[in-house]
Amino acid sequence: MSFLKITSAYKTYKTPEGGLIHALDDVSLNVRNNEFLTLLGPSGCGKTTLLKCIAGFEDIDAGEITLEDQSLKGVPAHRRPFNTVFQSYALFPHLSISDNVGYGLDVARVAKKERNQRVEETLELVGLGGFGNREPNQLSGGQQQRVALARSLVLKPRVLLLDEPLSALDRKMRENMQIELKNLQHSVGITFVFVTHDQEEALAMSDRIAVVANGKVQQLASPTEIYDEPANEFVANFVGTSNVFSGKVVAKSDNILTIETVNQRQVLAVSDRFNKGDRVELILRPEHLKLSPGGNGIPDSCIEGTVEANVFVGSDMHLHVNVGKGRTAVVHHRHSRGDDGERIEVGTEVKLYYSPNAAHLIEAVGG
Amino acid sequence: MTSADTIQKRKRRTLILLLAPFSVMLSVFFLIPLGIMMIYSFLEPGLYGGVEWNWYPYNYGRIIGWPLNDYEEFEPIYLKIFLNSLQIAIMTVIGTFLLCYPAAFWVSRMKGAKKNFALFLITLPFFANLLVRIYAWLLLLRPTGFFNTVLQSAGLIIEPLDLLFTNFSVIIGMVYILTPFMFLPIYANVEKLDYSLVRASQDLGANPLQTFRRVILPLTAPGIIGGSVIVFIPALGNFIVPSFLGGSKVQMTGNLIERSFLQSRDWPFGAALALLIMASVVALVVFQLSRQAKAESRGVS
Repeated sequence: MSFLKITSAYKTYKTPEGGLIHALDDVSLNVRNNEFLTLLGPSGCGKTTLLKCIAGFEDIDAGEITLEDQSLKGVPAHRRPFNTVFQSYALFPHLSISDNVGYGLDVARVAKKERNQRVEETLELVGLGGFGNREPNQLSGGQQQRVALARSLVLKPRVLLLDEPLSALDRKMRENMQIELKNLQHSVGITFVFVTHDQEEALAMSDRIAVVANGKVQQLASPTEIYDEPANEFVANFVGTSNVFSGKVVAKSDNILTIETVNQRQVLAVSDRFNKGDRVELILRPEHLKLSPGGNGIPDSCIEGTVEANVFVGSDMHLHVNVGKGRTAVVHHRHSRGDDGERIEVGTEVKLYYSPNAAHLIEAVGG
Repeated sequence: MTSADTIQKRKRRTLILLLAPFSVMLSVFFLIPLGIMMIYSFLEPGLYGGVEWNWYPYNYGRIIGWPLNDYEEFEPIYLKIFLNSLQIAIMTVIGTFLLCYPAAFWVSRMKGAKKNFALFLITLPFFANLLVRIYAWLLLLRPTGFFNTVLQSAGLIIEPLDLLFTNFSVIIGMVYILTPFMFLPIYANVEKLDYSLVRASQDLGANPLQTFRRVILPLTAPGIIGGSVIVFIPALGNFIVPSFLGGSKVQMTGNLIERSFLQSRDWPFGAALALLIMASVVALVVFQLSRQAKAESRGVS
């Protein structure tokens, strides 16, 4: 029996100009029980629409949403065993914190004693014990966020839907909340479906990530898989930075492929998916490109180029290296203290090494 | 002296300058006449209008049942008229509320030009003369008027209904002229109602009725109360509508005041009636303000 399952969902909006937006375009998704699933994508990609359709605020035009094989078609939002944490928190300004948290229990007519106890426990759980008598506008953004969480969690939903809940917080607070949310999800054992456009957030918190773009799920996989083996160029570029080189496999021995790139370089990669003559895209993460050869059984590949720009970001030095024919490779060169004298100036000729194991190959689009 | 002090001082001077014209006008044309009226209401009426400068609390006595025994008797008719005015004013508030509350939601969800046009329509009656508008209702409600003719020709009634010169006709007239005063405060409140709160309520399991009672109504209450107060005040003191649509059968306190000043020339009695209305209105406003202050301290305005 599957848990929350979305099958071939379609949703189309009309724009005021009369055009059509395909917010959901044949989306199928299987959410597992007790997992932390993130819908990751740029704004306007359809991830929030999907969340609204699951919550019951919007209806899908075609397709099906089922919970444990029961269709949710026609079930209004207030009857679905899902709760949402809204981006704006949407706390009731006319109610105290404990009345906000107790709202769902009050409308369900839970007995006073049990209600008060559950409210107190849940406030305790999100670290707001003793805040019950305050008003929402007396709390900071991070605290309001916790109230919104408590208000949903107190109802013990089957699925908790989170609509970019951390986007209004500052960076430090956001990083703390990421860890807390992840721990909370573990301790309460509720399925979380989390919407974000922030790839770092997605990688840090999720059990699985669904990368969404143009109303379609581009890839659904674990964070490491998404990062190490992106399914296509969009995922490669959206999640982290990627250097993408198009080329053609010109030789193959065992699993080691020799690829001739469009700017007539021969580079190596390891893969058993492709054969001689296939057109491929070679994806290299910036941190896998090194300025000096590393010891490895397989002879290192090497690309030559000229430094075009250097950007210091603290832990790394980001080098933009012109590798010929106007193509730029981004290299993350680890910075260690006292490196100042070795700062790599613009115009320096460099050789970039990488281990062929680090290169990920995907099929070239339209190849 | 620090520069902060100078700025403070300059700010205060600007404030005084800005408030001066209004303050002067208010004190000359409102506070002083009010003071005169208060004093007059405790003086003896003159034989041919004006006042005799004698202490005379019986103007109030006539109204609330404490008359000068010698030659005046307690007439419960004044209290009755006051209570009837209160009833009409309350019904007017309820009538305008029932019309305006749903309309405000409807208009607030309109877009752009359509919304502006709807708001223009609401204020349109202000452009026509008040007397003409009330007189029109006289023509509609009279025994040979529009409603009776239509109902008769449809065969629903045989004899024309007594629509005119009843509390009903007065309330209709009041609701008609006071609707914009109810609409605008409610609209201002409904307009800024955050619909994500409605959604949050649904999400937490509240059905539409529970959402209305627990979220929408409390959040729009300040607009409802504000509108009610500014409809109630003119409705309670109104004398034009009852004199047209109430005739001699429906009297309101406003008519009594008018008659005391203009016809029986009993200025002290008129002043006492006017102050009584004012006292009841002030009590209401104080009640409303204290409630609003409480709501604002919670962050709802």
